[in-house]
Amino acid sequence: MRPTVQIKGIREGLLVTLGEGMWSDVQTALLQEVAEKASFFRGAKLILDVENHILNAATLGKLRDLLADFDLSLWAVLSHSPTTEQTAQMLGLATRIHQGKPEDSPEPANEAGLEGADGLLVRRTLRSGNSIDFPGHVTVIGDVNPGAEIIAGGDVVVWGRLRGLVHAGAEGDTSAVVCALDLSPTQLRIAGEIALTPPDRKQPRPEKAFLRDGQVVAEAWSLPGNEN
Amino acid sequence: MTGRKKSSNNSSEAAGNGKVITITSGKGGVGKTTATANLGAALAAEGYKVCCIDGDIGLRNLDVVLGLENRIVYDVVDVIEGRCKLRQAMIRDKRLPELYLIPAAQTRDKSAISPSDMVRLADELRGEVDYIVIDSPAGIERGFRNAIAPADEIVIITNPEVSAVRDADRIIGLIEAEQKGPAKLVINRLNAKMVQRGDMLAPEDVLELLAIELIGLVPEDEHVIVSSNSGSPIVLNEKSRAGQAFRNIAKRLAGQTVPFMDMAADDGLLNRLGKFMGRGG
Repeated sequence: MRPTVQIKGIREGLLVTLGEGMWSDVQTALLQEVAEKASFFRGAKLILDVENHILNAATLGKLRDLLADFDLSLWAVLSHSPTTEQTAQMLGLATRIHQGKPEDSPEPANEAGLEGADGLLVRRTLRSGNSIDFPGHVTVIGDVNPGAEIIAGGDVVVWGRLRGLVHAGAEGDTSAVVCALDLSPTQLRIAGEIALTPPDRKQPRPEKAFLRDGQVVAEAWSLPGNEN
Repeated sequence: MTGRKKSSNNSSEAAGNGKVITITSGKGGVGKTTATANLGAALAAEGYKVCCIDGDIGLRNLDVVLGLENRIVYDVVDVIEGRCKLRQAMIRDKRLPELYLIPAAQTRDKSAISPSDMVRLADELRGEVDYIVIDSPAGIERGFRNAIAPADEIVIITNPEVSAVRDADRIIGLIEAEQKGPAKLVINRLNAKMVQRGDMLAPEDVLELLAIELIGLVPEDEHVIVSSNSGSPIVLNEKSRAGQAFRNIAKRLAGQTVPFMDMAADDGLLNRLGKFMGRGG
């Protein structure tokens, strides 16, 4: 049986929901659908809801290129799988179509809300254009280059050079911290506060940034006994 | 013996062995087209059969830099849309008989071809030549994706300046995401004097950020502009240091080990001595 392909027009473009089945069958079904209605699809912005399919970059990139043959641009991929979401983000595709909540939400999430919150471990260097947007804590083993950004609901720990943009406590958690072996972000935000890296930097050293009386401060990041 | 070989009359060569090298950068004006023309020409001078493809549809340049503009009859879009055979669109260079060019269409745009068109074209060419060198357009959109789709190897060109390096980083991220890498790096237009004065990013600064393999440092050289304008690749100029640098990169791409040039060589010993003494006093 041919896997289901549902198409719905929404404000952002065409929302295509893919059903269950082997990915190769699903992809074939989608491409057949597109080929049959080529004139309807031409030039459209596609939002693909792949539901539970787990897709790697090669698969998703191939599909995007195949869709390009029909003059279709893949714009967003929605998925229940964190792997697929990460893949889509790496390829520069959107992974959600509606903004979560407005920036100026007055209700800050309290610390307790993050108790036992999920963590995300990123074991690669984030390059310019890469973006991590995660509701829990984020740990990076690698560098965060200028032009990359991390938006985390909780803390951000970077085992490497942090030179991009970082926002910890993005949902309003004022107790969030940002730590890095070399803390020189383009811009650092904790909850609603913004700080820039001072231009006269000495030798890089591990630092931890947090809010003290509503101000972003950075201190040496070291063993508790060695702190001043 | 180096990796030199003649392929045109080598019947033992299995069909479809040609390697696709895509030259890209993200930022415009850093020297992609110059690099494509010169690496293509240098590989051809080494005895390999090479076909350069201009991926910049709508803004073609590679034909001008190679001095082949007046010989264009068919272009890459004609091949893909079936208006001519592949061989009819391959313009043979008169100076380097192993060098061919498939020019871009000037009257169309990037959407005229798709990534899978480029893969098909490259696969067909693999049986004809040893190296296919694709000149990517600037940017990260359709034209860039067309250019990297068939790539076996990707060479990123950057200049030692912050904006070019930032774009290179973005491009490397996209290539990693496509699982096409690892990309290799060429730093073009390096001015040793400015680096010494601390006015230009040093190669080490660039490498610290990009963290990919460096396969070439090309010094700033006025001859490059003269050669681009006259349609004669700089690698054919034995005296040019940029030409030497591109010849070295071509050898490295072909698998040879070539030491890096001394970038400060054009500085002159006296000059350097003077600077040293100036600092001491």
